[in-house]
Amino acid sequence: MILKSGLRLQSAVCDAQVIAVRAPAGVEVDLRCGGVPLVAMGDAGAGQSAISADHSAGTLMGKRYADDELGVEILCTKPGTGSLSVGETALLEKGAKPLPSSD
Amino acid sequence: MNLMMLLEMAASTAPDRVAIGDATTGMTYAQLMDLAGSAAAVWKANSAERVLYSDISTPALPVALFGASWAGLPFVPVSYRLADDRLRRIIERQSPAILLHSDADGYRTAGIHEVSQQTTGEFMATAGAGSPADPEWSYDEDDIAILLHTSGTSGEPKVAVLRQKHLVSYVLGSVEFLGAGEDEATLVSVPPYHIAGMAAILTAVYGGRRLYQLPAFEPGEWVRTVREQNITHAMVVPTMMGRILDVLADGQGLPSLRHLSYGGGRMPIPVIEHAMRVLPHVNFVNAYGLTETSSSISVLGPDDHRAAVASDDPAIQARLGSVGQPLPTVEITIRDADGAEVGVGESGEVWVRGEQVSGEYGHTNALASEGWFATRDGGYIDADGYLFVTGRMDDVIVRGGENLSPGEIEDVLINHPTVSEACVVGLPDTEWGEIVAAVVVPTGESTIDPDELRAWVASQLRSSRAPAIIEVRAELPYNDTGKVLRRVLKAELATDLTG
Repeated sequence: MILKSGLRLQSAVCDAQVIAVRAPAGVEVDLRCGGVPLVAMGDAGAGQSAISADHSAGTLMGKRYADDELGVEILCTKPGTGSLSVGETALLEKGAKPLPSSD
Repeated sequence: MNLMMLLEMAASTAPDRVAIGDATTGMTYAQLMDLAGSAAAVWKANSAERVLYSDISTPALPVALFGASWAGLPFVPVSYRLADDRLRRIIERQSPAILLHSDADGYRTAGIHEVSQQTTGEFMATAGAGSPADPEWSYDEDDIAILLHTSGTSGEPKVAVLRQKHLVSYVLGSVEFLGAGEDEATLVSVPPYHIAGMAAILTAVYGGRRLYQLPAFEPGEWVRTVREQNITHAMVVPTMMGRILDVLADGQGLPSLRHLSYGGGRMPIPVIEHAMRVLPHVNFVNAYGLTETSSSISVLGPDDHRAAVASDDPAIQARLGSVGQPLPTVEITIRDADGAEVGVGESGEVWVRGEQVSGEYGHTNALASEGWFATRDGGYIDADGYLFVTGRMDDVIVRGGENLSPGEIEDVLINHPTVSEACVVGLPDTEWGEIVAAVVVPTGESTIDPDELRAWVASQLRSSRAPAIIEVRAELPYNDTGKVLRRVLKAELATDLTG
């Protein structure tokens, strides 16, 4: 699929919902959750496929997952049991660099 | 991207946590979400193109801010302290619009064409009785989220455009989702039309930290609120800090406070040192940012504060006067007048680039090539990457071809025991081009001796920095967000000079 910043997707295998925060322009990205390609919000295929055991570490609310090489960053807006990958390569949880609160 | 996404995440994960107000009677995330939705339902059916807010900080402020994003309308906080004619002019420019104003202020803005008006009290009652719109808001990252009038202390005020992508990037990049403990609370005392006032709402909501609003800053009230509301976090502008320290002379301290950030102007080193002595358990953070950069771009953290005070190394001590290091999500460089990057320790203009940087005003985009924004602030970066901001470029004094920074001279003046506040400006002079003039406020009952002050500045800096003119006043003029009105002082002194 072609990702765009602001694009919302849901998992085909679990409750997870995500939003693309960063995406490479016009590049096909094989974004999956639980080993199965994510689907559009409201798609009837949501929750219908089986989760892959290799991609079942879970997706956590409010965490960002990224592949810096591809320039992909995904924010989890609803948690699920499947984990995010591009193809078979897992996206990595963005290291929380806690900043001192400044506001 | 939409600010509503941030609220929806908090409301779906922690619906019953208090978002705004008192720990037991305040508004929860679920209630904030419902009220914003009801406001959006009304506004979507209206032909207004913007939502204006001209009141002190009340719970209606976050409701209206999120409701506007839900309805797809830019949110425009305007200063309720403006004189009637200026206030009306600003509102007229934003029509067709919704205007939320204080109970007492309706007569000041009555009858403006295509501006539908409501008090913030009526607004909250309507929202409370209504039902939320469908939770379908735009995710277009280029939608305008907030229009903010810049303070314009050194130039004409401009309207900065902050899009959804700028603000959402800032929040995602600097705040951990629901990272705050349930016992944490932030006190916001800057007005709604200050970028820090807007950013405080967004970061508190996403971080899950209860936000308590102080309607207008008054130091006694601020201290009392921190003690009574068990406030753990707060942000102040430098002028507030000194006044808070005066109240803390009562010796009762601020036991609940863990974290105090300051920004929005230059903090005199003696004041922050005093604050660290009075509140040794508090983590201090100096934050530097601009309206055009969606709040902070550089922070000096608590460890840096303590290291600077404890160190014998002058380079590390000096960092107490810095704004720390850039956020990991932005890049900062220093450039000369031709736009070329300068070396370590060399002064120039501060440039910044990052997803939170808007640099856009009205219909013009001030971003240079490759997304770089020239801040118009002067500064330099030390060998370890600490950024020092010396003041607005427009305020630099050019005396006999030499560039002098008012901030540097002000710091030295304030360090003199007889001086509590100082403002330095350049005045036209036939021989030198410009000369240095200082307006100083005495400490307590002190008497200021101008010749002694000149000698003091010359001994600490160079004789070219010693003010040719020193005027003693009982107070300096500040705007309502704590910035010295330099242009006003400069104009007054120039008039005195020409007689």
